[in-house]
Amino acid sequence: MSELTGGDLVLEIPTDIHSISGAVDYVLSRCSASEVSARKLNLNFRVGLTEALTNAMMYGNDHDPSKSVVIEVVMGRDHVQATVRDQGSGFDPRSVPDPTLPENLTRSYGRGLFLMRELLDELWFNDCGNEVTLILRAESCSTFEGGASA
Amino acid sequence: MSFQVSKVNDVTVIEVEGQLIVGNRNELKKEVLEKIELGEQTFVIDFANTAYIDSSGLGVLVSLSKKIREHGGELRLSSLSEDLRTLFELTKLDTLFKIAEDREQALEGF
Repeated sequence: MSELTGGDLVLEIPTDIHSISGAVDYVLSRCSASEVSARKLNLNFRVGLTEALTNAMMYGNDHDPSKSVVIEVVMGRDHVQATVRDQGSGFDPRSVPDPTLPENLTRSYGRGLFLMRELLDELWFNDCGNEVTLILRAESCSTFEGGASA
Repeated sequence: MSFQVSKVNDVTVIEVEGQLIVGNRNELKKEVLEKIELGEQTFVIDFANTAYIDSSGLGVLVSLSKKIREHGGELRLSSLSEDLRTLFELTKLDTLFKIAEDREQALEGF
């Protein structure tokens, strides 16, 4: 994992699913000055960032260790924001089925994007779908309120 | 993540410590599949000491539940923290699993 210059925090990490937990812990450790509560950081933001990195490495970079993932973090006083970019060709987030529908409930995959949408306040993809931006605000009504529409 | 495996009567109890995530989910899967191969049918996975489960970890639990049912058995979960229970509720997996307040409750009626 290397820390680049520019932005509040920019990390470039190689594609290795075993590095995700450490990278997320490091980002969270740098967000303590935010007004976003520790509980929301440790659930909503942790889940969102973990799922974004997992998708980037497993599906975006297709587990290719020669490819990397870049995380850019902006720590505002009233929000935290992370952009995760992989080196894949992207995907259409609208094509991912709702995992809570009865016919999808017993699938062993497909819940990451759903959790990101549920737990973050905003979720934005770039046009080709290889970059996602997560925003969590301090002012959400409850710990678990999210509901990004992307 | 690490886990402790014990046997209570005929029930295999697995305590998951740490995080059940994409980087280690297959360790739990391997352990349970080995037990199934040995003829074990009833399982409780206890999350009293589990800080976090990601979507891959949830997926492994779904997969193991199916496998155990195929072998005529049952998987129950116990001791979910408020945050973990929220993840199960959001994904509606609380409707798929029997989730007990604690290990003792999970073992009742097996």
